[in-house]
Order: sequence, then C-alpha cells, then structure tokens
Amino acid sequence: MANDEKILLEIKDLRKYFPIKGVKGPGVQAVQDVSFYIKKGETLGLVGESGCGKTTLGRTILRLYEPTGGSIIYDGVPIYENPLKPDGTPAGKAKAVNMLPYRRKMQIIFQDPSASLDPRMTVGEIIGEAIDIHKLASGKADRADMIKELLRRVGLNTEHANRYPHEFSGGQQQRVGIARALAVKPEFIVCDEPISALDVSIQSQVVNMLEDMQADMGLTYLFIAHDLSVVRHISNRIGVMYLGSLVELGESYELNRHPIHPYTQTLLSAVPVPDPKLSRTRQRIVLQGDIPSPMNPPSGCRFHTRCPYATEKCSQEMPKFKEHEPGHWAACHLLDQ
Amino acid sequence: MSEQNTNKKLLEVKDLRVSFFTPAGEVKAVGGISYDLNYGEVMGVVGESGSGKSQEAYSIMGLLQSPGKVIGGSITFEGQDVLSFSKEEMTSFRGSKVAMIFQNPMTCLNPVYTIGNQLVEALRAHDKTISKPEAEKRAMEMMELVGINNVEKRMKQYPHEFSGGMRQRVMIAMGLICHPQLLIADEPTTALDVTIQAQILELMKDLQKKTKMGIIFITHNLGVVADICDKVSVMYAGKIVEQGPVDDIFYQPAHPYTMGLLRSMPRVDAESYERLIPIEGTPVDMLNPPEGCPFAPRCDKCMKICLKKMPPYVEVGENHRSACWLRVQEMMNKEEK
Repeated sequence: MANDEKILLEIKDLRKYFPIKGVKGPGVQAVQDVSFYIKKGETLGLVGESGCGKTTLGRTILRLYEPTGGSIIYDGVPIYENPLKPDGTPAGKAKAVNMLPYRRKMQIIFQDPSASLDPRMTVGEIIGEAIDIHKLASGKADRADMIKELLRRVGLNTEHANRYPHEFSGGQQQRVGIARALAVKPEFIVCDEPISALDVSIQSQVVNMLEDMQADMGLTYLFIAHDLSVVRHISNRIGVMYLGSLVELGESYELNRHPIHPYTQTLLSAVPVPDPKLSRTRQRIVLQGDIPSPMNPPSGCRFHTRCPYATEKCSQEMPKFKEHEPGHWAACHLLDQ
Repeated sequence: MSEQNTNKKLLEVKDLRVSFFTPAGEVKAVGGISYDLNYGEVMGVVGESGSGKSQEAYSIMGLLQSPGKVIGGSITFEGQDVLSFSKEEMTSFRGSKVAMIFQNPMTCLNPVYTIGNQLVEALRAHDKTISKPEAEKRAMEMMELVGINNVEKRMKQYPHEFSGGMRQRVMIAMGLICHPQLLIADEPTTALDVTIQAQILELMKDLQKKTKMGIIFITHNLGVVADICDKVSVMYAGKIVEQGPVDDIFYQPAHPYTMGLLRSMPRVDAESYERLIPIEGTPVDMLNPPEGCPFAPRCDKCMKICLKKMPPYVEVGENHRSACWLRVQEMMNKEEK
C-alpha cells in the first residue's frame, strides 16, 4: 500500500510524563522514549494492553498532549523538538510550531463514538465545524455540498445531516466520527481503537471502509487497538508497546509468524483463535501477575518482572531498541547474545 | 461438587419468552428459545448487543429488571420449575445452586467492604449455621483456588486495591463459594486485556474440570467460544438461530448469520492479507422487528418466504439445528429424492 518510500511522520525518543500533584519525581511515565517512522500511505499498527501508553502516544503525536521530550517531525518539518541529552533528560526549552495548519493535515478518530460527538449538535454542524475552522468552503451552498459528500463517503444518507448523534446506532456514530476527521481532507489519521466499541458484525464494515478511504485518498494511518487480529489485518507494520516502551516493531505478517520479543510471543499466544481444533492444540503462554504501575516502572527492561526468560542483566539494564533483521526491530537482551 | 455423570440434564429451557414493556411498546427481548445443559457442560451463547443473550440468563437467575417480564415458556433446573419459585425459594436457589459472574467486576463488588468480608457474607447468607472463623477459612481456600496469592493480607484489602483481573478472580471465588451446579458467566473477560483474559479462561477451564459444574458462557468473542465451550447457541434478535456442538458451529455453520460472523473476522493465523467480508446492514431495531426471519433484511441469501415467516428448526447434524429456510428447502429436496 505504501506507494513511495517517503517518510511522512517520524518521532524520535518521544516522551510523555504526567506529573502527579504533591508527589516528587517524574510522575506517570506513560510514554518512554519511543522512536519510529511512518511512510506515506502506510498503516502502522500499535498494540499493547490497557495502560501501556498507546493512546497517550497517539495523542502526543498530534500534540493533544504536549510532549515532555523528544521530537516529532511531520513531512520534514519538526513540529516539536526537545532532544534528550545523553543522560536522558530533555535538553531545555522545546521548539514547537503553531499547530493549526497541521490540524488540517493530522486528524484523529476516537474510540467511543457516542462520547466524542457533541450531543447538542446535529451531524451537519459537527462535520461543518471542522470546515468552518479551516475556512474550506467558499460559501453556504459549497459547505452543504461538502457535508453531503462526506456523509455519502462514509455510507450515511445525506438527510442524516439534520439528525442528532443519539439518533444513530454505534456503528453509524463511528461513521460520523470518521466523516468529521475527513472533513478537512487530512493526510494522516490517528485511529484510536476505532472499532472496539462496535458489534462484531459492524467492525468489519468499518475496517473495510477505512481501507477503501486509504486507497482512494492516499491516507496514512496510525492504527491503535488491542485486538491483534484486526491490527494485523489492516496494518503494513506493527509496533508492540509494553508499559510505555516500544518493545518490537516489524512487518505485520512477519511479526505474527516470528515474534522475537518474549512479550510479543505471549501476547500473540494469548489471543483466542476462532478455531476450536487449533485452540485445543495451541500452546498458550500464560503470564503471571499484572502489568506494573507506570508511576513506578521496574528497573532495567520493563518486562523483566513478568518475563519467563528474565536474567540478572534484564533487571539492571534497559535493552536497546535495535534492528535484528531487516525491518524487524526489538528491544531485548536475549537477542543480543 | 456433585458426582452426577455428565449426560444428565442439569437445566432445561423451553420456549422461554421475555418481554420489556416500555412506553414505546413491547420489546420482545427473548422470543421463544429452548436448550438443554448437562452437568459438566459448557455452553456458549453468542450474539451482538441487544440480541437478548444477557436477558435470557437473567431470567434463569430471577434477576430481570422491571419492565422486563418472563411471559412464557419454562425453566427447569434439576427437575424443579424455576419460574414457580417463591421469593424465598429464589433467594436460596440463587447463589447456592446457580451463581453468576458479570462483565465488570468493579461494579459488582462493594467498595466499602473488604474482600474477605464480602466473601464471608456470600457464604453465610446461604449457610446460616456456619461459624465466622469457619467461613473465613473457606473464603481463604476459595481465594487460593482461584489463584490469589498472599491470601491473609488480600482478605483484608478493599476492591480498589485489586487489579481488574484479580477482581474478576474474586468474583469467580464468590460465585463458587457455595459450590453451585451452574455458573452463568456474562462476558466475564470482555473488560480484561488479552493476557489477563487468557489467565481467567485457563482458571475457568481448570475449575470446571474440578467441580463438574455446568457453565453458560455469554460472549460476543468467537475466539473465546472456540477456546472454552462444548456447544454453542448463536442468538440474533432474541432468537436462537443456530445451536450445535462447537466444532459443527465453526466448521459446518448452517445459518447465514453464523457464516457471516465467521467470515467477517480476520483470523489470527492468516498468512497474508485477505479482504474482510462484512455482514451488511445494521442490527435489528427491537421495537420494530421485521416480520419473518429477523436476519432476513441483512441476509445475502434472503428469499421471499424469509420476509414473511420465521423458519422452523431443522436438524442438520447430531444435536445441531438451525432456523433457516434454506435448510428447510434442502431437507425437502432430500426427502423428495
């Protein structure tokens, strides 16, 4: 799907901490020095358990949350820059651009469609607001046409423009959310669990629609979800996050066949497969314990407290995120030997 | 922990009908469903939101909320007619014979009582003769059984000190503390992460083997069904459209809705990209259900008769039946030959 090799978005050592009032120290270390790039027209999937920071990362990339350090480069332009010093602290004051022109290029689709649509605005007003902010319509008639076209695009009727969000089903509400994101003709969309709240039979409709729009408009997606099978289906490459860090990144089917990080292996084996015979014979790696708190993450490799292969070194030293095979990155001490 | 053999009937539901009398009209949430459950059997109930899968389970427990009412049919548990129970009989039946675990454990645990307190209460409510120290001992044994470590300390803690997975373990311990013969699990893993879901599923399989209880497992996740269930009922708009052993449902589905569900999901073991085939249309509006087969408006094989009359059940295999006019047609063709 990637039509050329041009990199649209790159993040370097991106970090987001949420300070806690009255508590000394860095606070919640939600995103810990994550680096990757997304090529134009590509879909990068991001998976991980709840609380691993995948949503925070998505929002930090859009600067809906102001980053704590690192840099975000969009289409060659640094929209946020505050490189980390060798000791790991941000260098100083961040250089950041005015985001308004970039809001037109970078959009987001939220998880819960009913919570992300204003209940007191009609669907037409919700979609039209984005058009107004960026002054994309030349007149009233043009604006109405644009709204109609967008509704058609996402599979809704044009007369739906006068209705309120509560009059729609969950799947239709999500279509409105998608139409709103498309209203400004973006290049890049963060899809934050866009289908988790939908019924199984509706999920595939929305997935197919997202794929069609990507093919038609050359969109680039960052697709965040916890459902590995859907992410693998829609993504060209997948990044796996654990407790704020990126632990593995690779081409999606390759990652699925040969996961090299112990956490990815566990995650893949835990996904229930809709195939009774296969699930009877499949060996499942069951992890002990729960995900540690990002307020006080473990030393060294963040996964070492639950990793079945952990050694002395894992608890002391943070493994580096390295390319082990072409295009297949991971951060694990075991792979360095 | 009964020693009955697994071929004996534990629960028999016949033509159960549940309606909600709302100001907007009667909603037939459950429209005449029948099934049997034997000792030691796990039955999955699959369906999308609003298909009536939870309401059906609530009526067994006598937990239907007003304006919901059982308006027809029978529920027989170990030869007793559950629907004729008095309030007192129902109270003692609930908990000691049948237990239920819910989707969101946080809303089911009382935040101001310790876990130990709540477990002891569950036990003493049904066994008035048991002494407090004895009850505490049983509660601790139960917590160990569901894989909670450090039991003595954990007994004194409050629900907020437990993680989501641990809370669900507490709910399971509470459900099983009176050794029920039937456990109804209403989406017990939906709110959990995949790695925690794997833990809970392993635990439930293990406990089921030990106690030989019957389980009704309500879920919308077909992967979970393949993993844990012996047989499956597929519900759509208040009706069971297909019912059969788990392998038959997955490998020889006989209803277009089941087929559609299976087709619309990306498989975790797929080797390359395949476009998803969604079920078109939107779920049924239960206030104005279509005449005839409820799935007909979304069915790609819909015939004229489907829009007029609900199809009868046809046996398509051993213990495998499906309500679809196509199967009726096939059967008639076979008989002619």
